[in-house]
Amino acid sequence: MKTTTDHAHSTAHYFVPEPSLYPVILSAGMFLLALGFIQMLNDFGAGSWVMLAGTAVILTVLFAWFGKVIGESQSGAYRDWEDRSFRHGMIWFISTEVMFFAAFFGALFYVRVLSVPTLGGMEAAHGFSLWPEFAGTWPTSGPGGAPFTPMGAWGIPALNTALLLSSGATITWAHWGLLRDNRRQLILGLAATVLLGVVFLGFQAWEYHHAYTELGLTMGAGAYGATFFMLTGFHGFHVTLGTIMLAVILLRSISGHFTAKRHFAFEGVAWYWHFVDVVWLILFVFVYWV
Amino acid sequence: MNTATTANGHPAPHGAGHYGGVLRWLTTTNHKDIGTMYLTFSLLMFFVGGSMILAVRAELFSPGLQLMQPEFFNQLVGVHALVMIFAALMPAATGFANWMLPLMIGAPDMALPRLNNWGFWLLPPAALLLTLPFFLALFGIGDGALATGWTFYAPLSVQGGMGVDFAILAVHIFGISSIMGSINVIVTIFNMRAPGMTLMKMPLFAWGWLITAFLLLATLPVLAGAVTMLLTDRHFGTQFFDAAGGGDPILFQHLFWFFGHPEVYILLLPVWGLMPHVLATFSRKPAYGYKAQVYSFIAIGVLSLVVWAHHFFTAGLPVPALIYFMFSTMAISIPLAVLFFCWIATMWKGAMTFETPMLFAVGFIVLFGIAGLTGLILADVAADAQYHHSYFVVAHFHYALFTGGIMGVMTGVYYWLPKWTGHMYSEKLGKLHFWLTVFSFNLTFMPQFFLGLAGMPRRIPDYALQFAEFNAISSVGAMILGVSQLLFAWNIWSCIRGGEKAEARVWEGADGLEWELPSPPPHHSWETQPVIK
Amino acid sequence: MESSALHSRAVGSSRVSACLRRTSSRALAASLLLPGAAAAEYKFNFPEPVTPIARETLHIHNEFMLIITILFVVVFAIMIYSMIKHRKSVGHAPSQFSGPSSAMQWFWALIPFAILLFIDFVLMGIPAVQAIISMEDTKTRADMVLKVTGMQWKWQYEYPEAGIKFISTMSTPRAQIANAEAKGEHYLLEVDKPVVLPVGKKVRILLTSTDVIHTWWVPQFGVKRDAIPGFLRETWVLIEKPGIYRGQCAELCGKDHGFMPVVVHAVPEPEYLAWVEQQKAEAVATAGSADRAWSSEELIAEGKAVYDKVCVACHQDQGQGVPPVFPALAGSKIVAGPLLDMNGRIIPDSHVDRVVNGKAGTAMQAFRETLSDVELAAVITYERNSFGNKVGDMIQPAQIKALRQEAK
Repeated sequence: MKTTTDHAHSTAHYFVPEPSLYPVILSAGMFLLALGFIQMLNDFGAGSWVMLAGTAVILTVLFAWFGKVIGESQSGAYRDWEDRSFRHGMIWFISTEVMFFAAFFGALFYVRVLSVPTLGGMEAAHGFSLWPEFAGTWPTSGPGGAPFTPMGAWGIPALNTALLLSSGATITWAHWGLLRDNRRQLILGLAATVLLGVVFLGFQAWEYHHAYTELGLTMGAGAYGATFFMLTGFHGFHVTLGTIMLAVILLRSISGHFTAKRHFAFEGVAWYWHFVDVVWLILFVFVYWV
Repeated sequence: MNTATTANGHPAPHGAGHYGGVLRWLTTTNHKDIGTMYLTFSLLMFFVGGSMILAVRAELFSPGLQLMQPEFFNQLVGVHALVMIFAALMPAATGFANWMLPLMIGAPDMALPRLNNWGFWLLPPAALLLTLPFFLALFGIGDGALATGWTFYAPLSVQGGMGVDFAILAVHIFGISSIMGSINVIVTIFNMRAPGMTLMKMPLFAWGWLITAFLLLATLPVLAGAVTMLLTDRHFGTQFFDAAGGGDPILFQHLFWFFGHPEVYILLLPVWGLMPHVLATFSRKPAYGYKAQVYSFIAIGVLSLVVWAHHFFTAGLPVPALIYFMFSTMAISIPLAVLFFCWIATMWKGAMTFETPMLFAVGFIVLFGIAGLTGLILADVAADAQYHHSYFVVAHFHYALFTGGIMGVMTGVYYWLPKWTGHMYSEKLGKLHFWLTVFSFNLTFMPQFFLGLAGMPRRIPDYALQFAEFNAISSVGAMILGVSQLLFAWNIWSCIRGGEKAEARVWEGADGLEWELPSPPPHHSWETQPVIK
Repeated sequence: MESSALHSRAVGSSRVSACLRRTSSRALAASLLLPGAAAAEYKFNFPEPVTPIARETLHIHNEFMLIITILFVVVFAIMIYSMIKHRKSVGHAPSQFSGPSSAMQWFWALIPFAILLFIDFVLMGIPAVQAIISMEDTKTRADMVLKVTGMQWKWQYEYPEAGIKFISTMSTPRAQIANAEAKGEHYLLEVDKPVVLPVGKKVRILLTSTDVIHTWWVPQFGVKRDAIPGFLRETWVLIEKPGIYRGQCAELCGKDHGFMPVVVHAVPEPEYLAWVEQQKAEAVATAGSADRAWSSEELIAEGKAVYDKVCVACHQDQGQGVPPVFPALAGSKIVAGPLLDMNGRIIPDSHVDRVVNGKAGTAMQAFRETLSDVELAAVITYERNSFGNKVGDMIQPAQIKALRQEAK
């Protein structure tokens, strides 16, 4: 390919932040967190203290780093060009998150469609079975598992679906407010969204408690328990992150940040929230319902 | 190197070396500094991973156990692979992207500079986590590093010791680092190209990396998910990979290879992107079939996502699955053949000279050809029953990853080193390095094809007597190969220290924006973007 | 000069090893290129095939090797020609073409890919599909079933129709591995009790594992199949020629992955039937012996034999183990603990419990299915009274038998 450059150059300047210590400290914090976690799992050294130190470092750095970014944003360092980078970045970040959940959904479909029926149908396929008693029906804790009651779809989970769907509506309503420069609508909408997120998490916690104490449904309840807690657990973790992000955006809105024209942070969080919402819908259908 | 003005004489407004010494490297947001760190780290880890396997080859020099016990042998084999893939090859490619992408597409820097720095600084902790259990074991803590091979196959990895936990967490952190790097590359390519540079005018290197970045985004989270399930199976009572709970060990293999197969192309695509530049430069002729190469990259990227199960043909898949995965795998040979065609057509009727980068490029094409062709027959399920889990596979993927990955990276290093340092490296040493590498590489791995055919399984610390001669040859080859790489390090080091001054357009036939900047380029380049007609 | 050197490198990249082995490169080329000649030199190819599948696989392999060698030579001959002719030093002026521009050029450019498509999907594809279908057809006209169970680090073979079941472990002495003794002819590829199969019969093989994934592989059978814990996999062999065939576990399965060989004795059918009768008689004798009372000397002697076969890989010859993964038995608190509770039942986490039921999540497997009553009683008694352990008690085979019935 032949490139020809012109003598006339474009005049835009891209904002390259000054050198920063935050990334390297954040990495050190993550190292401590990982090391402490391994220590805890394997009972050597003061694992929980190392984890605590790592968490403290991570939280401090994130607080300072995001504070710095907000400061840069408020000082007008970011213009359209930088804004586009953030948007692209956020979209691709959410895409990888989709693939993270895809791994767990893949595991769910695999055990439901392949491994459980195979274990149940061994006699028919081979004339021998390692698990002669096992029927291979879903939900199951496997041929060696203890009995449990699966989680029904139409109690708390249905209510949680309604909560998350409404939160999707409230955040959109807040966005309309922002676009029309209606700060009251923005703040009210965001506050409602945060509230719905918190209530969702409360219900989720209650559901877990119910599962462990009354249903015999634990992480150890075979393929059902494993996929149930892995999917709902990681979803719940993402809702927690999303709620914290929403709370930050709410606080920023109250402090008068964002304009109708420039509010990437708001939109990034909103996209994330919608993503969490969609994951829940798939989860509701395949984990709780069918 | 800290020139305060850009190529175009504008003052550098921000970011120009606020700190000196170590702090400069810890804090930098400059793509060139970060690229240098990636490349240095990669070279270091190349020697770490290499030493591990030299110990393995020393053990395999003759039958019987001489130097180590099987447990330690298994640790070295698995950690060697993880180090080479995650800590040597992937960072090298990211280093290239950091250094060269902005220069080649006329961007002032990477799109997300602070995240870029974070992406690099996640690597040392991850590498430390991976290797720490070796040292802890010396103090009686734990039983050493991951001993399951790099594939973590459950239930062996569920049964394994603390080293598995370290490796899982290391992989998580390596993964976050790669995802940060990939997002940065994608955003840079989409948002930072010089005005007028449409996607189809973009250098092929950028195209290769773009597809790599998408593959990383699509597959690394799946690996993260898989090792997370492994972790909960190990410590929190879940039974994803345990038949007694309704799970399946093969589920792990599906998830792992959904990542693992594209990973091969993740390592290769940046090199494939680089090849046409090198070949065109030293043939003094434009790269042949630009569009064909772009479409081949895309086709290989897509195909690589749907062929994963050929990595476990012997696991007992249903017949339709075997046939599907066989044919989809064979299909990859078509776009790959397009690339070979374009590479050779680029050379055809040129005016070739054979400086070190060109030698490595040609060596790459020939040896990678062997990898591609043996890959084609490995795709055949029937024949694969015999090759699988044997040294034939070991030889095949080293032809793919040593030549396709490492020799490709060396091509890039020799090609761009004068641009980075402003000095010419020693051609004499470079050529010696090339010939020693190619000779000893074949000496190491060609016998392994025959070992595999004769029936030697992979990952065994000791072997039957009929395998002795080829193993001895292979070990001798490996030692020469290992020692020859010191020439590479020495050549780079002396080139950084000084040498003949390099011009802006280092190579006579070089074409592209990066060659319009002085060698070395100023700390901040293309702050005002060039406009492409 | 560079390019001519490169030339020899390219066409002869396989030559290096051949020269070093002082084998003529002709033998190598012959083995790679000529399917017929390949039979002579197995050093560079598959070992002699003895089943229909292995013959088919060798045939496919030879054919494909020929195809890819031709591809390799043709493609790189063109490249090397270009490297010689189109050099700056010979004064070649570079053309500036960068892709096919006319319909004719497109036609020529596409021809190689049409050829490759044909090779992939017709020349290689069709025989491959046929081979897959025949490989996976385990059930049609199967004459007998062999059940193979992989376990760390030995194979258990079961003949369900004949009711025979035994464990086959590597018999190469550890001293040979440690280079303390001269290595025997079949170093690492010899077992204490080979699996015996009749010649000319289609044997359907069912595979599973008790712990991690193993892979059962005998190169001369052309069969390699994973043994996956909790699942069954199938394959089949029809051995055409009597002989002793050797193979190995092919999937990394932990520390002694390199030390779990497969040895198959293929014998004519009458010989096989005689062997089956003899095995059955031995099994009856063993079962009977579980009911009599054993002296502690007898148990310890039998226990040592079992220990050296089954336990020594992890717990080592002096019972020292490899802590922390494989705990020591010498001085072990668990071994020194009480044998059974007052009612003669198993105490959780006791010595008997560990041996009989294993320890979940570790390499310590449950031996209740793999060892007989006598073997279990013997090895427990042996461990309690060896390596400096002086518990002094013993457990009778009859007690183990009772525990088994109770568990049911």
